[in-house]
Formats: sequence, structure tokens, C-alpha cells
Amino acid sequence: MVHLKVNGSAQTFDGDPEMPLLWYLRDILGMTGTKFGCGMALCGACTVLQNGKAIRSCSTQMGKVDGVEITTIEGISAKGPHAVQKAWAEVNVPQCGYCQTGQIMQAISLLSTKPHPTDADIDDGMAGNICRCGTYERIRAAIKEAAKERA
Amino acid sequence: MITDEKIENEFRIENVSRRNFLQGALSASAFVLCIGKSPLLAKVARSGAPTVVPMTPGSVPTIDSSAFHPGVFLGIQTDGTVLIVAHRTEMGNGVRTSLPRIVADELDADWARVKVIQGDGDERYGSQDTDGSHSVREFFDTLREAGATARLMLVRAAAQQWGVPEAQCVADPVHVVTHKSSNRTVGYGELAALAAKQPVPKKEELKLKAPSEWRYIGKPAPGYDVSEVCSGKPLFGMDVKVDGMLYAAIAHPPVLGGKVKSLDDSATLKVKGVKQTIPIDPFTPPHHFQPLGGVAVIADNTWSAFKGRNQLKIEWDNGAHAVYNSESYKKELQETAKQPGKVVHSIGDADAEFGKGGKILEAEYYAPHLAHASMEPPVAVADVRSDKVTVWSPTQNPQGVQEEVAKKLGIKKEDVTCHVTFLGGGFGRKSKPDYAVEAAVLSKKTGKPVKVVWSREDDIKFDYFHSVAAMYIKAAVDDKGMPKAWLQRSVFPSISSTFDKDAVYGSDGEMSLGWNVIPFDVPNFRSENGKAVNHVRIGWLRSVANIYHAFAVQSFANELAYAAGRDPYDYLLALIGSGKVIEAKQSPEVAAKYPYDTARLRHVAELAAQKANWGKKKSGNGWGMGIAVHRSFLTYVATVVEAEVDSDGVVRIPNVYTAIDAGIVANPDMVRSQFQGAAVFGTSIARTGQITATNGVIDQSNFHDYQVARMNDAPVHVDVQIVESTAPPAGVGEPGVPPFVPALCNAIYAASGKRVRELPLIKNGLA
Repeated sequence: MVHLKVNGSAQTFDGDPEMPLLWYLRDILGMTGTKFGCGMALCGACTVLQNGKAIRSCSTQMGKVDGVEITTIEGISAKGPHAVQKAWAEVNVPQCGYCQTGQIMQAISLLSTKPHPTDADIDDGMAGNICRCGTYERIRAAIKEAAKERA
Repeated sequence: MITDEKIENEFRIENVSRRNFLQGALSASAFVLCIGKSPLLAKVARSGAPTVVPMTPGSVPTIDSSAFHPGVFLGIQTDGTVLIVAHRTEMGNGVRTSLPRIVADELDADWARVKVIQGDGDERYGSQDTDGSHSVREFFDTLREAGATARLMLVRAAAQQWGVPEAQCVADPVHVVTHKSSNRTVGYGELAALAAKQPVPKKEELKLKAPSEWRYIGKPAPGYDVSEVCSGKPLFGMDVKVDGMLYAAIAHPPVLGGKVKSLDDSATLKVKGVKQTIPIDPFTPPHHFQPLGGVAVIADNTWSAFKGRNQLKIEWDNGAHAVYNSESYKKELQETAKQPGKVVHSIGDADAEFGKGGKILEAEYYAPHLAHASMEPPVAVADVRSDKVTVWSPTQNPQGVQEEVAKKLGIKKEDVTCHVTFLGGGFGRKSKPDYAVEAAVLSKKTGKPVKVVWSREDDIKFDYFHSVAAMYIKAAVDDKGMPKAWLQRSVFPSISSTFDKDAVYGSDGEMSLGWNVIPFDVPNFRSENGKAVNHVRIGWLRSVANIYHAFAVQSFANELAYAAGRDPYDYLLALIGSGKVIEAKQSPEVAAKYPYDTARLRHVAELAAQKANWGKKKSGNGWGMGIAVHRSFLTYVATVVEAEVDSDGVVRIPNVYTAIDAGIVANPDMVRSQFQGAAVFGTSIARTGQITATNGVIDQSNFHDYQVARMNDAPVHVDVQIVESTAPPAGVGEPGVPPFVPALCNAIYAASGKRVRELPLIKNGLA
């Protein structure tokens, strides 16, 4: 039996321990804000926070999350828009939007360790998150905007 | 579908509220306008699920489709809420913002009080096939007329209510009608019931606003759905969940046309959550939008379906396409490109000029297959009940879903409801509804709603691939290096092969994408196309054949410039000449509305070069600029790329300067987004984009071996200049892609002296 917290709520899971956290969140808990993009930790669409740090839920097995605290985009949004989400809207980042929840989670994680990231920090921090529509320039601008807000 | 030949139809506008066709959220007193090509209102006979995806923001689930004529419509509720249907697909193109804002503008509606509703698949909307960069240009006039019609009816209702002449009433400032001399105003909501009783004005009575009066058209606006998108609301096809739904993953034949020889599913059936396996019939050629066949694994969650599929032991009969090997196929295409082909267009007598024996330059270009790789892999939910079917799908082509599902199940198209979700990217892949047909087949067999989920590997291996192409170009130049004759020949397996198994030549549509016309002042010109047989499914991908055609033509123009010892930008301007309307093999209707004017092409080239400070810094030593121009989807684009190439061949792109003339643009901020995105999409194509096959099996599978641009290798800054224009709107989703790739390759040449004639860059010792 796996015990974990998702967005502050205690959960238990006794299914296939190989099931990735991604599919547990999406199919079992019905939290679909975390997206499926590649299943191999190559694109970042499935990014969630584990104990505050970005991880790829598509490659994190349920057997490995016992005792951890997971935060998804639903958790981030629960108390109104987060500073990063506000910046995303301000800059009008999304095109199709599918990757953006993962991008936002990654950006939150980045800003938690580097509150005022340089361009190189942003490149390093965000290179694992693919946006096929090509919104990178706006993502960079939004991260800077969010950093300014937090200053 | 992929040509520029669509031109809008005349639409009729009818007031349907009086016919009591709307119930529920739209009360009988609400004022609703429908636009239909023909008086089809009486024909409505559908029932069942709500007419909008329940998850879509702005949805009004209580509108029952059995009582709803789903024409392009707007409605005004008595509380003043304006409902506007977006009948085209949102996939990052911004149509859920730009199209309703066109209506809202002519209506003089308050955008904050507009609710956007996503339209289901229905032929009465006209074309919903959201590809070919059509949405704004095809529906601009229609949507304006819809808004203006409603505005006039509101004004007449106010005049009637006050007993004053109509001419004294105006829709001003917004969402109200005002009688200036008595200083009275009345809101749209209060007028809705009376407006609904007004006769629908004739088109001649409408007074469309002058461009100077536009509130929303041409003004930047954020995406209508930006908050919902950023908070992870269930908007996408991948997010659909229906009660009692089963999940399916499908093992597709590794080679196109392959069949199951033997199947052992014993290990699969032991996987927790797996319910059963179901064989799917192979298609009958041509493959069209039919399922590929294979074996489906049905489970109670996505992961179990995936895991069960991996446990299948299938022996395949690979069939005739197992001969497909990209290396040998490439040589075949290149050989064909050297032989005379079918003449596509001819001006003057190129052969006579070549026969004179002056200076001749020639070059071969090659571009491989590409996969769409939208972030959301194909997915669909279908619920087949006796003879009625409901499909939820991220589709660019909901009417295509209706048609193909109906065809497969042997029912009527009208009995298939297709709810359109948001798309996690489309790029042309999602206008092919094969995956929705798979879901319908499986739902019929299981008697339950079924969600078919493609993995990334499925998406990349079983795509409708962008075509591989070989091009050959030859020019005879005068003593100044200007071409006196130009011959260009392209060879590629055609999209036509998806619909006609015997098709071996490029279609007229593909030829219209950058090959049947040349925007240069060349007195003798001939373009040709050679035969090629397909071995995979060929489909259209963002800007389609323009990608390889522009790569060849714009690279060759650059080669000619260097051969002439001239600055590539100056030379390009000389090639274009001073500008004139040229014969562009367009239909008379398109040619009348959108003449191909090379002066506009020249103008964007000048703008882009100016913004880039072209010529201010000397190219070489690892730094350079490249320029390319291209007109596609009726839009003129020039792109200057600044590139740095280090000693290891690593390419960095600090800046891109794009100038576009797309006529009137609905939402400049979103247009900018499209062109910024196109530069990134083009970077993916140029750097790493290639799909290859070995013995008919696609070699690539996921983002490690089919790499796409990431933030750290995308252009850092893309400057987009939009020419202010009163010309009719043209396309914006695709035209940014074609000139980017040659502009980058030309910049790499300027920086490093490395000429890229074969894509992608990684084939050239570059990265």
C-alpha cells in the first residue's frame, strides 16, 4: 500500500506499483491538468512537484512515491492564480496550451531555487520542457515577469 | 483541403428564435441568429448529448442539440450575455479568440460579456476543416455580416420601443443602443426579446463598420481561454472522461498495410486492469483515413492498456511496403529528379536558353519525411449506441470524423455527433480522423464508450508523414549573374497517394505550394514534377509542400547571389524586380481577391532587412545573416535569420526578423505568436527533423530520436513586423514556416561557408 499526499490530501494506492504517477493522477484521481506527452521523461508535459521540486510524473512509478507530497497544477490553482500563472496570462504565453501546465510547474520549481534567474538559468531550467507551438520566447518573458512580481 | 482555392460561400442569415429552435439556456426570448448556406432549419433532428463539449469553458450544456440549429450563430441572452460559436478548431491558432471578436466587433458587443461556445461537427457551418490557414480569411466577411445583422436588429428594436426613427438610434458606446437627442440608452439584454421579433434585414441593408471604427479587429487581445489553459482545466481530447469508459491502446502493423499473422495475448490478459484484446481489420487500400488495423488492448485505465500492449506477441505479415528503405529510396528520388518530368508550368522557352551554352548553375536539394509530433498524441473517445454515435476528439476536421465513422459503421453521417475538444497541437495531423474511427470500432465491439490513446511512439511511427522530397534546379545566367532561364523539378510521394493508391505525381494543390509559380523576374521558366511511389501514409504538415519547395528555391537564389559575387539581399531584390501582379495559376475568384503582387513580396523583404540592419555587419567568422522570401496561403513573408556557427558546427540563432503582409489581421498579438512559433517549428525541421524507414519500419519513436527544438536551441528572439493593410485577410498559421528554413541555411552559409543542400543540419556536420 502506497501512502502519499496529493495537493495536501492523503491518498492510498494498492494497484500496480509500476503504474506511473501520471496515470494515477489522470485516470484514478481524475486530475487531468498534468499531461501525457512522451512517457519517457523527454518532454516535461507531465511535470509535477514532489516535495516542492519538479519531477516527471510519467517516469515516476507509484511504488516510489510512498510518503511523498505531490503538488499538481490543480493544487497550484486552488487558491486563485499563482504569480507564475498570472505572468503567463500577462504575456499571453499559450498557443495550444497542452504543455503549459508542465511548463508552469517547471517554472515554479526553477523560481523556488533561483528567484531571479538569468537567461542561462532559464535555458537550463526549462530545456526539458518541449513546446511544439514554439512559445519559448514568451515563456522566458513570463518567467522574468513572475520573478519581478516576487521581488 | 490544402490549396488556396477555397473562397467563401454566400451565407444566409436567419432569425431562429422566432421558430423556437432554442431551449434551455437560450430562453424563448433570447435573440439568436443563425447563418446557414441554405434554409436547413427544418431539417434538424438530432438528439442526445449536449451540443458542446461539457468541459469547454463557455459551454452551455443545457442547449439540447435536438432543438438547436447549429449554424454559425450568435445569440444574446436576456441577461445581456452574448454567445458566439467558434466553429473552427482551437489548436494554438487562436480561433476561439479571433473569430468571435470579429462578430463582437460588428455587433458592438462588450467582449467581457461574450461567451464562446465550441461548435460540433456540422456541415451547415460550412468548412470546419481547420487547416490550410483558412479560418479568418474564409469567414471574415461572413462573421462581420452576422454581427452587423444582429446590431441592426437591436437598433430597430430600440427604435420601436422608443417610438423614434431608426436613424436616430445607434449602437454606442458598447452593448447598448442609444438615442442621443433624448439621452436614453437600453442594453442589449433588455432588447433581446424585441430584437428577436424583428425581420432579418437584407444584406444590402447592412452597414459594415469602416476599419477606423473597429474595436477588436486589428487590435491585440489575449487568448480567450488563457486562464483555463494555465490552470489545467480539462479542455483537451486527452482529458475526456465518460461514464463507464474503457481505455484502449493499439498495436499497429509496423509496416503500412501489414496484417496480423499470429497473435499470442496470454501475457497481456494477465496484466492487471486488462479486460480483453480485439483485432482491428486491416484497411482496404487506399488507406485514406481508415484505421491501420492491428490488435487493440482494452483495459480499465490507460497505463494497463499500454502495459498490456507491450506484452502482446504478434507475428506480422509485413506486406509489400517492407521494401521501403530511406537510403535507397533517396537515390531513386534523386535519379528521378535528374530526368525530365511532367511540366507543371512554363514561361518562355527555358530549353532554348539552356541550349545557347552560356553559364549554367545547378544544384540538388533533399528534404526528408517529417512527423507532426503535436504535444498531445492522437486520442479519441467514442460511444456507439445502437445506431447513434458520439465522438469526443481533438480534431481539426469534425465533419471528417462524422463521415469516416459513419462510413466505417455503415450508418448516416447525421447520426454521428462529433464534439470538438481543444487540441494539444494539430499541425495537420489531427485533420485525419483515423484514430476516432478506431475508437468507434472498439466502442461498437465492446458496447461501452472507448477512449483510444496513442502513445508518443504510436504518434511518431504511424503518422501521416510530411513527404520526403528531392529537388533539382538549374539556371542559365547572364554576365551579371541574373537568370535568363530557370528549370526546377521536384519529386516526392504525393498526399494524393493517401486517397488514390495509384497516384504517383504531385497534386495540383501541392504544386500550388511554391512550385507552379516563381516570384522572380525570369523570362524563361519551367517547373516540373517527377514520379514517386509512396510507402508510408503521406499527409499535410504545417505549410506542406512549401517547406521543401521554398527550401530549394530560396537556397538556390542565395547560391546564385554568391555565384554572381553579390550581396544576397540586393540580389534577391533584383530577382523579384520592382514588383508586379504575376500569373499565379490561381482560380479566377482567388486571383481577383488575392492577386499575386510581387511588390508586396519585395516590400516585406525590405522591411525585414531594414529591421535586421542587413549589411551593417560583415558576415563570416562564424556569424552571418540569411534571407528568404515566400508567399504561401496568400500571405507574403520575408525572414532574416541571424546565425552563429561555432567550430564544432553548433548553430545558435540569436535573432530572427520576419516581416509579413497578410492583409487585414484579426489579432496582431496572436499573429505574432504564430510567426514566433513558426520560427521554432522551422528550427525543428532544419536542425533535426527527419523520419526514416528501414524495411518499411519507421526508425524513430520518441523525442530522443525525433528531436524537436527546445528553449535552449530555439531562436532567442523573433521580431515580427506586420504590414498595415486593407487587403483581404490571408493565412497566418502556416506561412511563417517555409521561408525560415532556407533563411537559416543561407545564414549558416554566410557564417561558415557550409552550404546545406540536404536537410536536416545534422546530416551536414552541423547541430
